Amino acid sequence: MDKFRMMAQILQSNQESFMNGICGIMALASAQLYTSFEFNCPCIPEYNYSYGISMLVIPPIWFFLLGFVLNNNVSMLAEEWKRPMGQRRKDPAVMRYMCVSISQRSLIAPAVWISVTLMDGKSFLCAYSMDLDMSEFGKNVSGYGLSQEELLRTLAKIPCKHIYDGQHILSREAASRYINCISQAFGWLFLLIITIAAFLIRAIRPCFTQAAFLKTKYWSHYVDTERKVFDETCTEHAKGFARICIKQYFEGISGEIQSFQDNLHGDDSDDEGDKPATDEDKLMGVRRLDTMNKVLWDWHTCKPPLTLRKSGDASTGQNGDCSINASKNQNGNVCDKTDLNEGQNGFRCGYVNPGLEIGQSELGKEHNNASFSTEQNGLTNRHSNASTSQNGFMNGCVSSPGNTQRKAWAVYYSKV
Amino acid sequence: MDRLKLVLQYFQSNSESISNGICIILSLICVKLYTSFDFNCPCLPQYNKMYSLGVVFVPPIILFLLGVLVNRHTGVLMEEWVKPLGNRTKNPAVVKFLLSSMLQRALLAPMVWILMTLLDGKCFICAFSMNVDPKYFTGIPNSTGLELIKIMAKVPCKEDVIFKNNSFWKAVSRYVRCYSQAIGWSILLFFIFLGAMGRVLKPCFNHATFLQTRYWSNYLDIEQKLFDETCVPHARNFARKCVVQFFESMQEDVTVRMALSNTLRPSTIHNEYEEKEEEQLHGITRQDQVDHLLQTWYECKPELDVTNMAYKPKVCITWEDHNGKALFSEV
Repeated sequence: MDKFRMMAQILQSNQESFMNGICGIMALASAQLYTSFEFNCPCIPEYNYSYGISMLVIPPIWFFLLGFVLNNNVSMLAEEWKRPMGQRRKDPAVMRYMCVSISQRSLIAPAVWISVTLMDGKSFLCAYSMDLDMSEFGKNVSGYGLSQEELLRTLAKIPCKHIYDGQHILSREAASRYINCISQAFGWLFLLIITIAAFLIRAIRPCFTQAAFLKTKYWSHYVDTERKVFDETCTEHAKGFARICIKQYFEGISGEIQSFQDNLHGDDSDDEGDKPATDEDKLMGVRRLDTMNKVLWDWHTCKPPLTLRKSGDASTGQNGDCSINASKNQNGNVCDKTDLNEGQNGFRCGYVNPGLEIGQSELGKEHNNASFSTEQNGLTNRHSNASTSQNGFMNGCVSSPGNTQRKAWAVYYSKV
Repeated sequence: MDRLKLVLQYFQSNSESISNGICIILSLICVKLYTSFDFNCPCLPQYNKMYSLGVVFVPPIILFLLGVLVNRHTGVLMEEWVKPLGNRTKNPAVVKFLLSSMLQRALLAPMVWILMTLLDGKCFICAFSMNVDPKYFTGIPNSTGLELIKIMAKVPCKEDVIFKNNSFWKAVSRYVRCYSQAIGWSILLFFIFLGAMGRVLKPCFNHATFLQTRYWSNYLDIEQKLFDETCVPHARNFARKCVVQFFESMQEDVTVRMALSNTLRPSTIHNEYEEKEEEQLHGITRQDQVDHLLQTWYECKPELDVTNMAYKPKVCITWEDHNGKALFSEV
């Protein structure tokens, strides 16, 4: 058990060694399957060849396809191939590299099956016993008075030693030895050819295009890593989203607004300031169903360019939308096809599922007592961090209406 | 379990031991392959020699190519040989050292196969039974009407019908096997002698140069590994920043005027994790920067000079009293 765990740990240390591990396991499975498979030559002239050759050829095809199925990178390759261009160019070299590396790994188990089958010789014997040239053994065919058909039938029985009845014509052992030899010669030749091919590909390749190879290797690993990181980020986001949604639902039912009060009257210590903010940070400003849908849709149709901005940069236009009617910096109303404002104070906007918006219902209810004004640059009502805090402030305002401490005004900017 | 871990740890400690370990594993595979291979002498005069010499020589070629493929030094060697000059000089001695060490390791498994075939004797018997003069042996089955050469060719196939109740084949086999084993043992002795002589006499020639060459070839290997290892966390951090940025780009900007409150103060706490990430990115934040980095790494590797990093000037403080007398100094 401990050994198994250690092996599993070693293999999972990175993606490549995991795939190598799967590849090795499939090769062993292929060899084991051959040894446990009971080869059963029909010994009938019409079926020998088909049976023998199909035993040689069909299981390798099956193993090759199984290799593709078990490989995680196949879906990644298909995704990369099919996605629209968006803001990121498609690099055919990267796709070629991924395809080649997947195929290389999938080809090992079929190669093991073919070489084991040829070395063993049974399928070759079954397929080619009827094509035996009797003159190799120094036998004169016509001297036995057999028609062609009868000769073929006799030869077809060579692989089955219990029913062979032509011992006086041709020794079964001699014939099977001869055919086994040829089969083994083909087997070694096959192994030699694939080893030379692998040698040429891997040992001689650095002579050509090494720099380009480093690039494609890096970017193909990057695509894999990015996909994983995106999935992790989405999971964290979903957790935060769900947590707040459920919290609001409970608060809506109970009619009590509990949690935000603690924010207002608590100390401004570092720990407390960080803990409630974590979920909001994880949301990263995405709080609605359609916004989240847009996030997921755009991830496929319009990936962002590979340029990182430092947090101080003010350029917002780089990660621009790919949708036709959305533009952050314009002063038009962009709000998913419905009108933006109901009055200046509300954030009312058409939304699909009221339950999925955070802070919407409270704002709608309480805006009469608002002592704030919101200025919008003609934007959609995608809430930023400010709106949640705004919500908090409002609730604070509601709960202590006579509070005269807050006289100083400040302009709070959301993160750009 | 602990022993296995220790052994694995020892072998993974440096790349030379990894190569030695792989070399040994390949030899063990070779032995297993030979024992499981079903040797099938055709016992026909025209094919015996071809088959047995094929079995003696083709698998060693395959094992040699595999040994070259599996060795890490092959990649390092080819890169070092083929790369443009850049900021570094090329050292042909390093290339020669890598080549010789790679060839030595790759030749072990083929030698094991050849020695096993010779010591076992089946291949030799199959190939050379026809060359034996039968008059030295009694009991030849000459009642079957076959030619002599065909009878001799059938000697390796002892279960053949002509040898029933006949021990002629045993005598001939023993004779040929003797020869085979003698040749096998002499080859083994020769190679061991050669290896011992090489080991003993090597320090007499250019030992200092040898030490340098070995150091720099090891360095190239480690450098390549570290570069690959550095690319991995870089890619991960690049990906994380890209994804987070993508999420944040979905936000809209809202300017809000409201009363100041304690909760609305922006946090000024630096996230240590983020700082570490920025460090790991090393300022490479664009695709063309990464491309340029990878291209330059191949075409124009940096100079082997880290003096600036190793000897940063240190501020030495001297405390003086009001008269100017030094009370304490780090100088």
